[in-house]
Amino acid sequence: MNWTTLKRNPGGALGLAGFLAIVLLVIVGPLVVPLDTSTRLDQIYAAPSRAHPFGTDNQGRDVFSQIVHGGKDLLWVATLAAGISTSIAVALGSISAVAGGHVDNALMTVTDVVLTVPHFPLLAVLAGVLQFRSQTLLAIILGVLSWPALTRAVRAQVLSLKERDFVEAATALGLGRGHIIVREILPNMRSYVAISFVLAMTQAIYAQVGLVFLGLVPLSGQNWGVMIQYGWTRGAIFHKSSVYSILAPIMAIVLLKLSLVSMARIFDEIFNPRLQEG
Amino acid sequence: MTESLVSIRDLSIAYRGRGGTAQALREVNLDLYRDETLGLIGESGSGKTTLALAILRMLPPAAHVPQGQILYHQDGRAVDVLSLDAERLRRYRGEQVAMVFQSALSSLNPVLRIWDQFLDTARAHGETDQAKIRARTRDLLSHLQLEPERVLSAFPHELSGGMRQRVMLALALLLRPRVVVLDEPTTALDILTQRTIIDLLRSLRQEFGFSMMFISHDLSLAAELADRVATMYAGRIVEIGRTDELFYEPRHPYTVGLLQAVPTIHGDHRTLQSIPGSPPDLQRLPPGCPFHPRCPYARPACAEAEPDLLRISDGHRSACFFWDEVRGPDVGKIA
Repeated sequence: MNWTTLKRNPGGALGLAGFLAIVLLVIVGPLVVPLDTSTRLDQIYAAPSRAHPFGTDNQGRDVFSQIVHGGKDLLWVATLAAGISTSIAVALGSISAVAGGHVDNALMTVTDVVLTVPHFPLLAVLAGVLQFRSQTLLAIILGVLSWPALTRAVRAQVLSLKERDFVEAATALGLGRGHIIVREILPNMRSYVAISFVLAMTQAIYAQVGLVFLGLVPLSGQNWGVMIQYGWTRGAIFHKSSVYSILAPIMAIVLLKLSLVSMARIFDEIFNPRLQEG
Repeated sequence: MTESLVSIRDLSIAYRGRGGTAQALREVNLDLYRDETLGLIGESGSGKTTLALAILRMLPPAAHVPQGQILYHQDGRAVDVLSLDAERLRRYRGEQVAMVFQSALSSLNPVLRIWDQFLDTARAHGETDQAKIRARTRDLLSHLQLEPERVLSAFPHELSGGMRQRVMLALALLLRPRVVVLDEPTTALDILTQRTIIDLLRSLRQEFGFSMMFISHDLSLAAELADRVATMYAGRIVEIGRTDELFYEPRHPYTVGLLQAVPTIHGDHRTLQSIPGSPPDLQRLPPGCPFHPRCPYARPACAEAEPDLLRISDGHRSACFFWDEVRGPDVGKIA
């Protein structure tokens, strides 16, 4: 990646900048901005001001400090979940395409079954059984449920790539099957996999916030979803002065997802050498 | 030129398809000797590519081998290529026999730098010393008149067609194979680049010493490069002999037909003749000699039995009952 790549893709560059800014804010920010936990009855639902850029919530706490502290878990769960689902999809999809025959049939049957299970009701049930006390557990569950669509896409890509001439040439040079998958075929789908990874992150964010909002995940810790849930249940949407406290986490989520999606635009140029210069 | 490297014995290969079974190769016998260049010529669908792919056992899944053997002679032993296990087959490909494909332009992985492709190939065959690989690669590329440093750090799309073809040749020679199989090595290139590749192939063979088998429907390439030429028709070798014998005294009507279809540079302006009819349907071969429906020499006997390769002189054989009557065109200056 270089400056020309960014210059030619203002949208992608903006997305990348936005994403980096959010990462900086939620990872470095908590070290600088202390979390405001003190209840101040005289400051309830204060309008944005110099002291409180996003106003205060129903207990008079600073909304900005909650935003700064509420993104890390969300980002961690999204990254881990997307990492798990993308890895499963790439592994199973390429095995299925290359092995063919019974292995392919078996894997695709499993994929179709998982694909047909309605996710949200299942998550709701799992939330009841497993309690989701740890963020990592939540990430694993989200990841393990969301690989099937990408698996089918990866399988289709590998099926088409393995018929390409350079794969035949590699076989003729005595490169093994594993080598051909890992070194010849997968590098040709890097941008596709990277874009899918980012889209999987946005879905994981949505799923998490949804679970929190529905109260299916314990409202522990600091999290933009938890903020929305509190704002909603405390009736923050009904008053002009209180609306900032619920709008702030919503905007944070929207900006994060928007920056992720626009950032994905430059992946094609980063990973495809043909598009890199000229 | 007596030691055989690859011996093909009674090899038949069939493709199963919807409409039945297509006989791509029928009882082919062929030897590739040490240090020789053998050209295979024939129309599309005559079995040339199937034969080449069979030597590396790279036939498509629909192919099956009802009979025959492919023997590779190594250290005085004959290895049956068709029964090699997966790992030994992998080592055999590239180390003993390498192949350069028709589609050399798309035979390089578009997202890997050239150097990585050389490195991967050497490593897959047990060479771990990077400096050694680099030296060998640079040596090969220089022989192929490429600037090693510029080429090695490039991606395939940054090279021209002729350069990519030369890189493919270097890659094929990297592991010092004893046999190189080339499928239409110059088809996709312009005439001047073809010239360069032909000259390079000659000098490489002298320098590195390997046997070459190439497929072509370009007769001038065969005339120029090959020591021996085999004509294939409907899955069989119908004529085989030294290059000069085949071009000056062809003894099979099909070889004659191929020669007549090529313009000469010198001599009279003669009318080009194409071979009437079209190649036979490999699922329903005509009875007797499969060429008889298109053959100007055909007689009733030709429809009854298929001739074997009949001996004309030492090494020159033709699968025609009436080879004695067959006369070639005046191709004196074809090359």
